[in-house]
Order: sequence, then C-alpha cells, then structure tokens
Amino acid sequence: MLTSPAVVRAGALDDLGPDLEPGRGRRAVVAMSGGVDSSVTAGVLAEAGWEVVGLTMQLYDHGQGVPGGRTCCAGQDIHDARRVADRLGVAHYVVDYEGSFRRDVMDPFADGYVRGETPVPCVLCNQTVKFRDLMEAARGLGAEVLATGHYVRRRPGEGQGEGPALWRGADPDKDQSYFLFATTRAQLDRLRFPLGGLDKGRTRGLAARYGLAVADKAESQDICFVPGGDYARVVERLRPGALDPGEIVDLSGRVLGHHDGIIRYTVGQRRGLGIGGTAEPLYVIRLEPETRRVVVGPRAALGKVSFTIHGVNWLGEGDALPRDGVHAHVKIRNTFEPVRATVMPLEGRRARVRLDAPAHGVSPGQACVLYDGDRVLGGGWIERD
Amino acid sequence: MCSAAPVGPPAETTALYLDHNATAPLRPAAAEAMRAALTVAGNPSSVHRHGRRARALIEEARESVAALAGVPPAWVVFTGSGSEANALALSGPGPGPRLCSAVEHDSVLRWVPESGRLAVDGHGVLGLEGLRVALDDAEGPGVLSLMRANNETGVLQPVAEAARLARDAGWLLHCDAVQAPGRLWPFDVGSLGADLVTLSAHKLGGPAGVGALIVGDGVTLAPLVRGGGQERGRRAGTENLIGIAGFGAAARAVLEEGADEAARLAGLRDRLEAALVGACPGAVVHGVGGERLPNTTCIAHPSLAADMLLMRLDLAGVSVSAGSACSSGKVAPSHVLRAMGLDEPAARRAIRISLGWTTTEADIDRMAVVWGEMGGGAGG
Repeated sequence: MLTSPAVVRAGALDDLGPDLEPGRGRRAVVAMSGGVDSSVTAGVLAEAGWEVVGLTMQLYDHGQGVPGGRTCCAGQDIHDARRVADRLGVAHYVVDYEGSFRRDVMDPFADGYVRGETPVPCVLCNQTVKFRDLMEAARGLGAEVLATGHYVRRRPGEGQGEGPALWRGADPDKDQSYFLFATTRAQLDRLRFPLGGLDKGRTRGLAARYGLAVADKAESQDICFVPGGDYARVVERLRPGALDPGEIVDLSGRVLGHHDGIIRYTVGQRRGLGIGGTAEPLYVIRLEPETRRVVVGPRAALGKVSFTIHGVNWLGEGDALPRDGVHAHVKIRNTFEPVRATVMPLEGRRARVRLDAPAHGVSPGQACVLYDGDRVLGGGWIERD
Repeated sequence: MCSAAPVGPPAETTALYLDHNATAPLRPAAAEAMRAALTVAGNPSSVHRHGRRARALIEEARESVAALAGVPPAWVVFTGSGSEANALALSGPGPGPRLCSAVEHDSVLRWVPESGRLAVDGHGVLGLEGLRVALDDAEGPGVLSLMRANNETGVLQPVAEAARLARDAGWLLHCDAVQAPGRLWPFDVGSLGADLVTLSAHKLGGPAGVGALIVGDGVTLAPLVRGGGQERGRRAGTENLIGIAGFGAAARAVLEEGADEAARLAGLRDRLEAALVGACPGAVVHGVGGERLPNTTCIAHPSLAADMLLMRLDLAGVSVSAGSACSSGKVAPSHVLRAMGLDEPAARRAIRISLGWTTTEADIDRMAVVWGEMGGGAGG
C-alpha cells in the first residue's frame, strides 16, 4: 500500500504546482500505459487524496503487430500498469480501443504516408482515443478529471472567462506540448498533467519513493505501434501496394535514380537517397504522390518561408486566432528550435504561416505549433502547396 | 431509475460477490479439510504409514466426487484443473475427428477445428438434427464434446440425447460439466450416458487448481502428463493432496445441500431478474427460452456497454463478469452470444451475474439498487 505515513510527508508534492489540487476523495481517472511517467502520475494523485482509477488502453492486437520491440501498450506494459495499480492500492481496468485506434490513428497515419506526408500519429491519438474516448470513459466512471503523464503544464486562465491555458513542460528536454497542440479548451478543463513541472530525474525519484518496479524502466522513443521505427512495414501492411517504386528526380525533372516507395522519404531527408557523384549533397525537397516521384535538390532549395496549416486549434487569448494575425514562435516538428513567424487566419480553420527567415524541412503532415514564450497558442497541420 | 445519477463511491464498504461461475468462494468444509490435509506428510504413492494416510485422503475425496457425479470411484481421474481435464478428454482418445457446440469453453474449442463447431439455436441450445448430420458426415468415429451448462448463460444442453446419437455412431461423448454441480439438481451426470465428464473443484466451492475427468468403462486415454503411474497411469505427478481433499469436502457439501440449494438459488435468480428488468425495462435476459441453471443470469443493460458497466459496478463494490475476459483484461464480445445470433453491439452489452452458496436475499436486493443507480447517459 502506498500511504504509509512514513512515506507521505506534508509538502512533499508542493513543487508539483497548481495542477495538483487536493483530491479530497474525488475520483480521478489516470491513463496508465505501464511506463514510469503515467505510473508516477497515478502515485501523486493518490498521494494528493484522489480516488484513482487507472485505465490502460488496449490499442492494437499484439499478436498481429510487428514482433518484438518495446511499445506503449504491449502485454508486458499492461502487466506493469496492473502491478503499479496493485502497489498503489488503486482500481485498474483495461479498456479496448482497438477499433477507434485503427480508424482514427493507424489508418490516417498510413493514408498520410501514401499522400506523401509525414504524419504525427501521437497527436491524432491524443486528439481522439485519449481525449475523446478515454475522457468519455472517465466521465462514465464518475471521474472529475482525467490525468496523464505528459510533460506539459496547465494553468488557470488569466482573463475574465478565459479557459485554462497550456504551457510547455518545465523540463525543455521532456516537453511534450508539440503533441498536445490540438487539445481543446473543453478538454483542458477536465485534464490534469501533474508531471508538467518536473524533470525526468524527479519523476524517477518519485517512482522509487513509491516503490514502483517501473522506476528504472527504459523510455520508449518509438511510435507505439511502430516498434523499431520501421514505419514503412506498418504502412505496407495497412495499405498493401503503397510501396510502389518510382523515380527520384531533380528540380528540373531529370531522373537521377529510382526508389521503392515514396513512403520511405520525408522532406529534408539527406541520407538513404542512394544517389552519389553530385557536386553538393542532395535533400528531399518534396514528394509527389500522383506521379510517385521523389524530388531532390540542394540544401538551398529546402528553405521555405510560408505555408498553410489546416485544422487550426487556438489556445491563446480570445476564441480564435486574432483577425489581424499573431506574431509567435513556431515549431514545425517536435525536435525543432522555435522560430519567429507571423500567422494570419484564413477561412475554415486554416491559417497562413510566414516565417521571419526560411526554414528547412517544412514537411506536409507535420504539426506547426505556435508558442508565446512557454505558452502554447495552438497550431495546425502543415498542408502541401 | 434506469437513467439515474452518476456513479458514486460504494454506499456499503463490503464488496458484493456475484461471480460464482468464475470461481465460487471456498466453502468452510473445504477449508477445514484442506487445513487437516496440510499436516499430512506422506506421498500417496509411498508404502509407509504416512503414504497410506495420504492415499486414504485422496481415495476418500475420490469417493465423494464419484458420489456427486453418480459414477464408480474408479472412474474419477484427478487433474490440475477443468481445462486440463478437457484437454485430456479431447486429446487422449487418439486420432479421429472432433465435434463440439459453438458455445463451449475456450479450453474445449481450441481442440476442435472451426468446421467442427456446431450451431446452436437462439436460446443457445445445440440442434440435434445438425448434430445427426455432422456425425453422419464426419469421417468418424471421434469425440463429440458438449457442455452440461453454459458458463455465460447457464443454458443446459441436451447431453443425454447427444450421448445416444454419439453412441449410435460409435463416437465418444465428452461433457464439460464444471458449471453444473451445486446448481443443477439432480446433478447425476453419470446417468446421461457420457463417456468422459469434466469437473472442477473451484466452481463448487473447493480450491482452484484441482479438476477431475470422469472416464467411463472401456475408454482408453493417452495421458498428457507422463511418468509416474498416478491416477492409474492417466495423469502422472504427485497428487495435489490438499487440493483434492478440498475438492472432496466441497463435493460432499454439495451432496448434503441437495435439491434445496438448487431451489433456493432459483428463487434468488428469479427475484434478481424481476428486479433488474423492473428497474430497467429495456434490459434483456439472454437464454431464458432454454432450460437454464438456477444461478446464472446473462443480462444486457439497455444502454451501457458491458465493459463500462463492469467498471461502474466494480467501483460500486459489486463483482460480476462479462463475456470472456481475455488475459489482457479487455472484454471481448462473447462468442456464446454471437453463436446465439446476437450482433456484436448486443453481445457487447451483456454481463453475467452468477449466484452461489454465499448469496443471500440481501445481496440480491443490493445488486438491484446498485443496478438502478448505474444510469445510462454518460459513458453509454
């Protein structure tokens, strides 16, 4: 059992910040993946007096998945989540979202690659399976909040009637705000991210203090259903025939070589083109799914100043992206140092992003996330020109 | 009532256990017999007095289980579980085709190819005409496996009729009867004409980890576990003395309760179903058209999926089951209900409430109250 008095000291969790109000017996659902972050999330909520109900999502059939690999929801991870719940003395259930995960995450992921995009399935998963289905389950179980182990911070709105705001995680190495840009205000109302103020070392320390066996569990960097990062194989299985070969051409259309499927390429990629003997290194400039061509060129051709985003979610002040646009910092992929840009709204939840200086590797299908300092203003999906 | 408030914490702190078909709580008599067996040091195969004492306990238990089944003690082969007994029954008789009903337990189904799984009607009962055709068509003889009572719905199968058809065709009939004793009276599986019958201790208030296969005269079986000559060479391995002693005591307790217990359970079951359907008029009890065990209710909530309902009931302190929970813990739609013709959404709404020797009227009334509070809007 967790709550031996020797373990719980008053103030032990003070540095967790405002996203961990005392539970006073209220019910909280924690999305438990079996990893250290969500396990500690369950621990701190239980310690703060919440009646924790752990839910682990069954997202795909491991028997049919790619063998091997550490994934977010393999059988071992369900086992680990259960053992953590046992240790903490909280209820735990497995919920089956294989259907919606396939429909709302895996299929769009495969279709994105087939369209020549570089999709971000973790955003789709947060948007649909986690913050729609799991949120619905949490409500059905009478829980006031749904907590996850994401490294982001949620802060009460400042202005009159302002909903809660989303901020980057305090630890820049762990910040996961890029993957949460599509979270709506209504979802934020019910979400809690108690680890947002911590760094990983502190999280592992808490796991050890709770006596959780997962304290030293290795981190998964893979997309959960793509163990080992071999996404082409996953796409091929979901969309047989998507690995059609085609030509690699330069900017003038001259054929430089051949490839075995555009889904293996992403904008900005240099390695693995299999083309030698050119004066300067070649990069993937764009993918043309209609003709199955991979267009390559010099690094200078990669630079891009403006692009359009769709599916815009706005989390800044006011209800929507201001009519006159905003100046913001933007990230065009997760591992990207934010750069300055101006974002102007367009019709139908779209917007035009103009960067102050050209950026390399603006890739359709990736998210463009807007920041004001550490505050997340929202974002959208990068479109093809 | 049916669309009432959100779930709150349990009003009473004691948990309510209504999942006897998964496992029945250990009967005091079984616990007592096991405690006594704990102090017996001998190996039943040993010639010395310690061994004799251990063997006496096992043979006593064998007689009790045989009496429960209505067969000679020599027919009782103790195994490590009901699933193991099923495996022995379906693998042991050697080559030949295998047939079973489509609503058998997984431990039977996995020995029978898809093509050998025979259709049931809308009540979940095996069609005898279909069985006759299948026996004619199969390149027999082989083994036909038909359960006495279904674990999810409680629906009884026409085992005696099937045994006659099997015998006429030169087949063996195996009957998985784990759910029947302690609920169905007379149990008397020996009178049904089955060649092989599976029993399980923990379904009738004995310990888990002990089962039995009743093997009729003239049936030869190749053992799964080989080595020592225990259980007349049908199951090697030093006997689980403590578990077997508990099994024997539980069997005796069931015999002593007799018909009264079956009648008591039927009364509780009827009270339960009336209350649940009364609180939620859209609720559907599955299998009512067939002859059923008196302790099992398979009921679909009008709006809540079974997985959500199970979680809500558990958080309210009530333990019941749905379909077949796979090892991951997720709830899959029941193959039993699918075989009865329910579509997947309907099959995903059914839960199983199963009563037993610990169940009281107060339990039923509390279940009815909690059910009424489950609501239907959120999470449905």
